[in-house]
Amino acid sequence: MHDKSVFQHRLLPYVLVAPQLIITLVFFIWPAGQALYQSFLVEDAFGFSTEFVWFENFIYLLSDPEYWTSIRVTAVFSFWVAFVGMALALLLAAMADKVIRGSRFYQTLLIWPYAVAPVVAAVLWLMLFSPSIGLLPFWLSKVGYQWNHLANSVEANILVIIASVWKQFSYNFIFFIAGLQAIPRSLIEAAAIDGARPFRRFWQIVFPLLSPTAFFLLVVNVVYAFFETFAVIHATTQGGPGNSTKTLVYKVFEDGFIGLDLGSSSAQSVLLMVIVITLTVVQFRYVEKKVQY
Amino acid sequence: MVENRPWLTLTRHILLWLGIAVISLPIWVALVAATHPTSAFVSGILPLWFGDQAVTNLVAVLSNDGGLGVSVSATRMLWNSFVMAMVIAVGKIVISMMSAYAIVYFRFPGRQLCFWLIFITLMLPVEVRILPTYEVVANLGLLNSYAGLTIPLIASATATFLFRQFFMSVPDSLLEAARIDGAGPIRFFKDILLPLSANNIAALFVILFIYGWNQYLWPLLITTDEQYYTIVMAIKRLMTSDNGLIPWNLIMTTTILAMLPPVIVVLAMQKLFVKGLIEQEK
Amino acid sequence: MKKTLLALSVAAGIGQVQAATEIEFWHAMGGALGEKVDAMVADFNASQDDVVVNASYRGNYSETMTGAIAAFRSGEQPDIVQVYEVGTATMMAAEGAIYPVYQLMEEYSNGFDQSAYLSTVTGYYADENGNMLSMPFNSSTPVLYYNKAAFDAAGLPDRGPKTWEEMNTFGQAILDAGYDCGFTTAWQSWIHLENLSARHNVPFATNDNGFAGLDTEVEFNGDVQIAHIDQMAQWHDSGIFSYSGRTSEGSSRFYSGECAMYTESSAGYAGVRANTDFEFGVSQLPYWESQIDQPQNTIIGGATLWTLRGQDDDHYPAVARFFEYLSQPDVQADWHQFSGYLPITYAAVELTKEQGFYANNPGTDVAINQMTSVAPTANSRGLRLGNFPQIRGIIDEALESVWNGDASAERALNRAARRSNEQLRRFERANR
Repeated sequence: MHDKSVFQHRLLPYVLVAPQLIITLVFFIWPAGQALYQSFLVEDAFGFSTEFVWFENFIYLLSDPEYWTSIRVTAVFSFWVAFVGMALALLLAAMADKVIRGSRFYQTLLIWPYAVAPVVAAVLWLMLFSPSIGLLPFWLSKVGYQWNHLANSVEANILVIIASVWKQFSYNFIFFIAGLQAIPRSLIEAAAIDGARPFRRFWQIVFPLLSPTAFFLLVVNVVYAFFETFAVIHATTQGGPGNSTKTLVYKVFEDGFIGLDLGSSSAQSVLLMVIVITLTVVQFRYVEKKVQY
Repeated sequence: MVENRPWLTLTRHILLWLGIAVISLPIWVALVAATHPTSAFVSGILPLWFGDQAVTNLVAVLSNDGGLGVSVSATRMLWNSFVMAMVIAVGKIVISMMSAYAIVYFRFPGRQLCFWLIFITLMLPVEVRILPTYEVVANLGLLNSYAGLTIPLIASATATFLFRQFFMSVPDSLLEAARIDGAGPIRFFKDILLPLSANNIAALFVILFIYGWNQYLWPLLITTDEQYYTIVMAIKRLMTSDNGLIPWNLIMTTTILAMLPPVIVVLAMQKLFVKGLIEQEK
Repeated sequence: MKKTLLALSVAAGIGQVQAATEIEFWHAMGGALGEKVDAMVADFNASQDDVVVNASYRGNYSETMTGAIAAFRSGEQPDIVQVYEVGTATMMAAEGAIYPVYQLMEEYSNGFDQSAYLSTVTGYYADENGNMLSMPFNSSTPVLYYNKAAFDAAGLPDRGPKTWEEMNTFGQAILDAGYDCGFTTAWQSWIHLENLSARHNVPFATNDNGFAGLDTEVEFNGDVQIAHIDQMAQWHDSGIFSYSGRTSEGSSRFYSGECAMYTESSAGYAGVRANTDFEFGVSQLPYWESQIDQPQNTIIGGATLWTLRGQDDDHYPAVARFFEYLSQPDVQADWHQFSGYLPITYAAVELTKEQGFYANNPGTDVAINQMTSVAPTANSRGLRLGNFPQIRGIIDEALESVWNGDASAERALNRAARRSNEQLRRFERANR
């Protein structure tokens, strides 16, 4: 932090930070502490009997194969959401970047899903994939494939991944376009003069220069897949069939709000916090590096 | 353009149009679905061309809708969403500008502590501390209120972070000049910093408005009184009808209403928004 | 009409500022049912001057229950909350939070007679001595709906399959007639495991299905259940059965004529009648002839009204008065005929009969007959399991893994039983 000229005032700075500080303390620090405390308790729903059990909730979770299934489901889901979303966005961004005429027009048509809520994306795709009236099952049945994501776990995963990717695509697209536009034209021209064909130029020159953007987007996409897709899953598969789409966040909700198992739900929240903090630290490291560079 | 390859240009346009088609497919189907009677969705296949019930459906959704899973009108829910999005956007901008100003332009005991307390919220999305936050809100008696819908979501550090970065990039000479003119901290903020931040504020507003408008889990948990339903969270509830028949036409009408305001905001402020989005993450 | 009543009750409230006691009633009835509840409450408020009930819709069953519990923890609980059947154990275990209905009515109501209520309904919500803990409100039981046009086309008689053995031939005939789906189901765990067990008089869990204590273990992985689920899996492959989802998503497939039969709650009657343009019939839930000669009654689902403690003393006579009103034969008969839920008193059944409702609406008495034709046993009285919402979820997951071919019926049910027992142990631990 460089040394900035500052004002001297005894009271004013406290008044200025107070609103944010109070909200942070009441709605963040305190609940987070509560989550931590409750994760050490076994408690009935009404809070009549409370027993301090140390790490029992964590041990129970980590020795429960279902929890590991949920971790695996989350990992697979996040991978596909990030991979498909970024690959498609990169492809179209590379196309749009090169187009001279109508570039802006294409951009406009491709970025608006950013504004669409995940649950809206989910409902739209749910209708398209509805086994009884959906367009896609109808077309699939023409080629002899019976689509029923309520009974088939692979199909259920495809549904939630498509809906999630559709919503996140625009975000990736905006960043890739910005990344591409920041690459000096002279570099590409030099390569062209050397005789590199467009495809090779992209992989050898453009893509390495985009890798910071790609890394940043990877973290953002993983966080998105972890948390914001709750709405997608809640509105479409509710974790099923089986538990093939039950992600960690959905499980926190299910065990806490439907099952009323506060201890287990809090322990899961704490484990999630650890995961998020790890991701954030990774991201900060990267940001720091970029700043030094 | 480095060189001219007509076939490549053509491929590009085709791919882009293909992408646009896939992106737009759900919207097309939603628009079409919103123009048909419920009976069109019992069996067979979704209609692909417009029907003549658009106005009927719109009126049914906007006035009141006995046939749906909720008994509150979409007009009311749109209003709730609007209030929620506005309070979150404006509230976040105001309190984070204030705290960023204090942290950048003042030296006071506990400054470092405040900094960390605020910035630690960067790390945790509301989803991971949802249960205890719910209890706090319940204990404060804020369930089913606009305050409960908005205030807990204002506690996030991203906006503060952005303003801090921006304030730090403002040249010190401006402050020195203001001092010579005898301006105090409040006048400096009002006359110099605020106008300089206009672009940032506008861009941030778009992002935060969408963030607030699209909230799902939070309103789902803390509103049990239909009068406080937001339109985005209600969509799921519309799908739980009494008799298992999903009124897709009304759901799609509601869906379109739910995405129209944020989409309009994004398209209207496209340039500012894209710039703001990218700068926010730097 | 509703407005007039509201105006009347408001006027009554102003007239007697001192007297009226206001009580809060949280329920989970949305849509048309919610409007009906509002109307019932308005009628009650208009019928007397001492009590004003404020009914409010609080989302689906789990949202309503979670909301009420959270409110209790912060001292803001309603007087009455509607809780679904799987929440019964949780409510029961919270002795300090609930005011058992039999005590409430003994204290504040004269002429309360528990034997006036359908024993198959109250039994589900009674303690080990048979005392009613909550007031039944909306109860239903599974039946089988069939499409008469499809049966006609397939050359089948005008009745549903009486036994599951018969389902084999009926289902095949439907497929042969060109249909893709013989039958589908709503609420698979409730109908095809919980009710299956009751109907064949086999236990779903130890301790009299959990009524006798918290140290219960599930037993739904017995021979009868495994055989049934195994048969269902084979039917799923051949198309006789087709899975539609965990709740009542299958309705639209029956309405559209895609599936010729549908096992669903008796409360689905109104929806079926409103949305089908073909003739349909209702018949009792089939049973396995090979397993039992005379099938047991089925068990109920739905929800009851629980009274919560912690209110001012004058609230409880008011609650009792509201419950008395809800139990009146004409109120019950009206609710039953409107919604398809079971009437909760014998008097309401008689009244509905006298009014000619069953004669005019064939099939509406199937559920009543199925519930009341035999005396319930320990296996068909109901279920009382802790963490039941999670156990339902576990069973749903297990059954789905059978339908999509990932696991055999035996393996899936054994695994589900093991996981369910873990949930029961957790509940026992938290509530001892």
